[in-house]
Amino acid sequence: MLKLEARPQPSKFWGIGSPLLALVFTVIIGVAIFMLMGKDPVKGLLVFFWEPIKSGYALSELAVKATPLAIIALGLAVCFRSNVWNIGAEGQFVLGAITAGGVALLADASTGPWIIPLILLAGVLGGMFWAAIAALLRDRFNANEILVTLMLVYVADLVLSYLVYGPWKDPNGFNFPQTKTFEKATQIPKLFAGTRINIGLLIALFGVAGMWIYMFRTYGGFQLQVGGLAPAAARYAGFSSRRALWTALLVSGGAAGLAGALEVAGPIGQLTPYVPAGYGFAAIIVAFVGRLNPIGIVFSAILMSMFYIGGELAQSRLGLPKSLTGVFQGLLLFTLLACDTLIAYRVVWKSGSIKSGAK
Amino acid sequence: MSETTPLRLEVKSVSKRYPSVVANDDVNLLVAPGEIHAVLGENGAGKSTLMKIIYGAVKPDTGEVLFNGKPTHVRNPQEARALGISMVFQHFSLFETVTVAENIWLGLDKSFTLDAVRQKAAQKAKEYGLDVEVDRPVHSLSVGERQRVEIVRALLTDPKVLILDEPTSVLTPQAVRVLFVTLRKLAATGCSILYISHKLDEIRELCTNCTVLRGGKVTGHVDPRDESNASLSRLMIGAEPPKLQHREVNTGAVGMTVHGLSIRAEDQFGVTLDNIAFAVRAGEIVGVAGVSGNGQQELLAALSGESVRAPSGSIKLFGNDISRRNPRVRRAGGLHFVPEERLGRGAVPTMALAANTLLSRAADVVGKGALGWVSPKATASLAGVIIKDFNVKAGGPDAAAKSLSGGNLQKFIVGREIGAKPKVLIVAQPTWGVDVGAAAQIRGALLKLRDEGCALLVVSEELDELFEICDRMHVIAKGRLSPSVKTSEATVEKIGEWMSGLWQTPGVIAAAAQQATGAQHA
Ligand SMILES: Nc1ncnc2c1ncn2[C@@H]1O[C@H](COP(=O)(O)OP(=O)(O)OP(=O)(O)O)[C@@H](O)[C@H]1O
Ligand SMILES: [Mg+2]
Repeated sequence: MLKLEARPQPSKFWGIGSPLLALVFTVIIGVAIFMLMGKDPVKGLLVFFWEPIKSGYALSELAVKATPLAIIALGLAVCFRSNVWNIGAEGQFVLGAITAGGVALLADASTGPWIIPLILLAGVLGGMFWAAIAALLRDRFNANEILVTLMLVYVADLVLSYLVYGPWKDPNGFNFPQTKTFEKATQIPKLFAGTRINIGLLIALFGVAGMWIYMFRTYGGFQLQVGGLAPAAARYAGFSSRRALWTALLVSGGAAGLAGALEVAGPIGQLTPYVPAGYGFAAIIVAFVGRLNPIGIVFSAILMSMFYIGGELAQSRLGLPKSLTGVFQGLLLFTLLACDTLIAYRVVWKSGSIKSGAK
Repeated sequence: MSETTPLRLEVKSVSKRYPSVVANDDVNLLVAPGEIHAVLGENGAGKSTLMKIIYGAVKPDTGEVLFNGKPTHVRNPQEARALGISMVFQHFSLFETVTVAENIWLGLDKSFTLDAVRQKAAQKAKEYGLDVEVDRPVHSLSVGERQRVEIVRALLTDPKVLILDEPTSVLTPQAVRVLFVTLRKLAATGCSILYISHKLDEIRELCTNCTVLRGGKVTGHVDPRDESNASLSRLMIGAEPPKLQHREVNTGAVGMTVHGLSIRAEDQFGVTLDNIAFAVRAGEIVGVAGVSGNGQQELLAALSGESVRAPSGSIKLFGNDISRRNPRVRRAGGLHFVPEERLGRGAVPTMALAANTLLSRAADVVGKGALGWVSPKATASLAGVIIKDFNVKAGGPDAAAKSLSGGNLQKFIVGREIGAKPKVLIVAQPTWGVDVGAAAQIRGALLKLRDEGCALLVVSEELDELFEICDRMHVIAKGRLSPSVKTSEATVEKIGEWMSGLWQTPGVIAAAAQQATGAQHA
């Protein structure tokens, strides 16, 4: 009989090993799914793990999707490390997209590139505003931020629908629920010609460095972490839990809003009901698989992005439903949580009685 | 130890190495049935580690443990409990959010109902004279009360081996008396008791056998009943604790004044503070005696700023009203505080000692500027200084706070606050869990701080300690604070009487005295 036995100390090895093991399990279960669906598992795996990296262009697409995931996940990692549970980054992403889109719609043919910083700023503020609602309700009425942020995702979706079906609908758009395509000047500058990679990638990389410095080298970041790890010690030190709550939600909301702005003014180029692509939810997985560590988040964002691209390819090449992406993402989180058990426990083989432990 | 009755417990050449130290080095320990066996040693000697190995909470690198003469490999505490081994940890292991009864229930076999456990626990507590309210949530308990819960929990399973890792560190003398009666009864029924304490008097009074550890090695076996405190202390730290230097008090300006401090209890389990008033002057140590759970927690939280519910104007620091200011503002004004809980409040368990300096010493290590740059070098060197000045045994500034032995963490935290050169220092349980040498060192440091002109307030349940270092003493009982009495004029009897709240007027005290004698006659 397999049994779990508490480790005296949490294992450092499995802190890093667990995400890798989780990936292995995800792949194994993935193979089983392909076989059950009557597809060649080798082809299936190639689609998910080889196609997205086999060429320069494929890699660039991988980066395009990894960028928003990483930006959102960085904000969430700050939040989760402070023991504040914002699971509605999706809503903040959508709101950031809306406010950024609103600014982009103001542009006309004569607008210069100065509009771009405004678009990004509008996105950040939009996301922050959405997260601030949750912060306010928690601060004032002790409303659970998990529920509030989650509920606000659906509100944000509805706000978006209202706008694209109503006041912001493109008058020349054959009644499609979408805004007009944004002016050229609003396009987020590309980094490499011939790809869709834009300066969002640079922003994400700065974000990685910025978050690392903030969390591990500044007093402000230290205060947030103490609040998350030992609330009584934070109270003893005099670190304000209200300030931690607001900082955590504003940072994560702002990051999600920024990602929303980069998406609508970048690859998408207009507001449609399909702006919410689940990045906000996927980023929760990215943050945890990346161990709430900025460097780890880079890797997990790339992995998650592979699942997105793999899912799309699986649809076109193998005729599998696109929802396979979600299945893989879910599997990864699920197996990760299971594998994390190994950090605090070890698995031992033992027969029924308690005294017969072999060495 | 005859051939016929096997030893209850035999530890055979057990070793345990941690990255920075060898915590146990080829340790042997023999415990007969019904024996009360002391394990003595300075802070970091490896006592807790050895106990955790017996209890299955730590796995030894080599060696084995025999239980009733048979080799056993206890791999976790559940297995240990199934064998009849119970343990009270030095750092409590209770869940904060649930009640006492639920905590006890969680640690037991699933065969009991919660209600049965409630009743059994209440009955055991009463039987052993340990005052425990089973329906209170644990987060509302003081450390002394938590300790009593832990003891009741350990006794509930009718153990064959009972491990007590510093069970009396925050119990009052009366509670200790009662506990000893219980333990002797238990031993008479054949239960073996492993007893760890830094209080040498206790060991000499209670224990019939004693194993001394030093630097992870067994360095001696004695019958503590034949030893003196001095000889035990020599066995343990190689010397007698230094004598304290008492200078004349030379008080200066008033550091802290508290006036009309009344705070309603936050919930039904808290204590309401009732019109507390006192003052501490520079250059004196004022003590607050009392049984824990009489308002100490509430008073300390109000003084430290962890709670800001004090009426405005009630707490002044050098004349400035600080009753509603947060701890950082108070620290900036020169007020430092050593809390009673070390892990989780005085230090973040998973963070390194270096990072833990930031909790209260940010002023010394955080760079100027809006962001507050934290240089790992600065925090590490500050932690290094504290480690050196207070002889903290630790892997270095990078060691996680929770990897330190209990006494060493206490030294680190006290050292961190003293090192800040405070103008007013409030200390709760200053020598909780530290060995005789370190206790003398900490008390010496507090006295030195006093002589340098710091105003000190020491809240402790240990009367001996208060008598040793304080210039004046108050007593707290049921949320009210007695007037102060000069230590030179105080007696243990008088303070003990005050602890039941009887100090109002001479008339009341006389009446109480009469009552007491009346009760004796009856
Ligand atoms: N988890 C750990 N990781 C690293 N070192 C540890 C760990 N636990 C204990 N140690 C080290 O092992 C040594 C012995 O610790 P132990 O807790 O057994 O001491 P102790 O005798 O109980 O001391 P005290 O009287 O202070 O409680 C100490 O130097 C301590 O720092
Ligand atoms: Mg110990």
